[in-house]
Amino acid sequence: MFERIKHFFDSFLLLELLRGLAVTGRYLFARKFTLRYPEERAPQSPRFRGLHAQRRYPNGEERCIACKLCEAVCPAMAITIDSEQRADGTRRTTRYDIDLTKCIFCGFCEEACPVDAIVETRIFEYHGEQRGDLYYTKDMLLAVGDRYEKQIAADRAEDARYR
Amino acid sequence: MDAWLEPVAQLLGPAWLPVWTLVKIVVLIIPLMLAVAYLTYAERKIIGWMQVRMGPNRVGWWGLLQPIADALKLLMKEIIIPSGASKGLFILGPVLSLAPALAAWAVFPFTDKLVVANIDAGLLYVMAITSMGVYGVVIAGWASNSKYAFLGALRSSAQIVSYEIAMGFALVGVLMVAQSLNLTDIVNGQKGGFWHWYFLPLFPLFLVYLISGVAELNRAPFDVAEGESEIVAGFHVDYSGMAFAVFFLAEYANMILVAGMTSTMFLGGWLSPFPFLPDGIFWILAKMSFVLFLFLWFRATFPRYRYDQIMRLGWKVFIPVTLVWIFVLGAVMQTPLGDWIHP
Repeated sequence: MFERIKHFFDSFLLLELLRGLAVTGRYLFARKFTLRYPEERAPQSPRFRGLHAQRRYPNGEERCIACKLCEAVCPAMAITIDSEQRADGTRRTTRYDIDLTKCIFCGFCEEACPVDAIVETRIFEYHGEQRGDLYYTKDMLLAVGDRYEKQIAADRAEDARYR
Repeated sequence: MDAWLEPVAQLLGPAWLPVWTLVKIVVLIIPLMLAVAYLTYAERKIIGWMQVRMGPNRVGWWGLLQPIADALKLLMKEIIIPSGASKGLFILGPVLSLAPALAAWAVFPFTDKLVVANIDAGLLYVMAITSMGVYGVVIAGWASNSKYAFLGALRSSAQIVSYEIAMGFALVGVLMVAQSLNLTDIVNGQKGGFWHWYFLPLFPLFLVYLISGVAELNRAPFDVAEGESEIVAGFHVDYSGMAFAVFFLAEYANMILVAGMTSTMFLGGWLSPFPFLPDGIFWILAKMSFVLFLFLWFRATFPRYRYDQIMRLGWKVFIPVTLVWIFVLGAVMQTPLGDWIHP
């Protein structure tokens, strides 16, 4: 009985509604979480998984040995590799394509790679303007690697002690 | 009429009255449209802040040009008329909802002098005209020839009819204490500081009017007519471009109107809250802004009512409450206390 009377007055005097208004009223003055993106940026981890890159050894030789582990592990089947024996007897890729429209950026290719050839970089601001622009070939991946090698190497070094 | 207008009046002769009225209408409508535009901005900003976001902040300084950009975008978009729609009525719908929203402003007193038409039955006029607004919604929902639009229109009409009654009863209370239907007289009856304003003796009616006002406007938490989670956008699903924008204009013009009527009838209109401060138009603008802020605050706070609960609130709570308070008021006005309510 008492409960019912209390409920009647609570709802009739709009007490619960006023309590709700007080909550939103407080948040009106709260500090906002919004990040004004191009001007402000969230901090990035060295493990960030963005655009892919193919790396080279310091002597200029490409790292990839065409073991195809990345192709096998890729859950989205975004990687396509063809290989051949080069004149010096080593196995090299003739084709190494990543379809970034298929890629889910899981990082498995990087984990699978025995020679740290395929890596994911911090770069996340890239785009394609036509169908096919996001189909990255070996040359494009190597170009990304050449361009950002310093950052890539620094990120690997920073993360090395956890591996 | 001011003295400096006298020569112009003589020059125009009999054409003077319509011309002067037109001038007054334009002077009223243009700030009203700007107010509507910036009410949408205020809504997005305030709801954003309450959700710990920033709201629009890209177009212009702090996003101040956002409503202009929105209006431009809507103006340039194509108005699509669905092939199954009844074409004439489809176009008539938005017009019929905007016209009453603007027409009701004719009797709205910004100050005792600043009113387009100071008519004696102002309160009745406002009640009558605002009830017309539902025809726009019903016709739009019907003419779209779409299930969702039709359901939205049905919900909207049932809701507006139900809450109109409670709203009318709340105004009967105002009528009793003011002893007049003229809006200017109603405000003048509240002279002498905020303790003479009608919201104190009529507090339950004030709340009922405010809440019914939100329901009449089909705004959150009573926005089942739009109900985007169940009927997409309700009666205006099939509208695009400027036709959609006209519905938007009507809704926001009505919002400002209800805020204005609340300030006029319960919060003392243009009168200042303390006798030593001068009266003026800024008081009514401040009061309207406050009520509009309340509407936005409600929208940011309350989840949408279920439809049967809306009906229960209208019929089984508001109507009995207003009736009881009208009775109490009538009794009190026969006692010496009545002098405080109605000097």
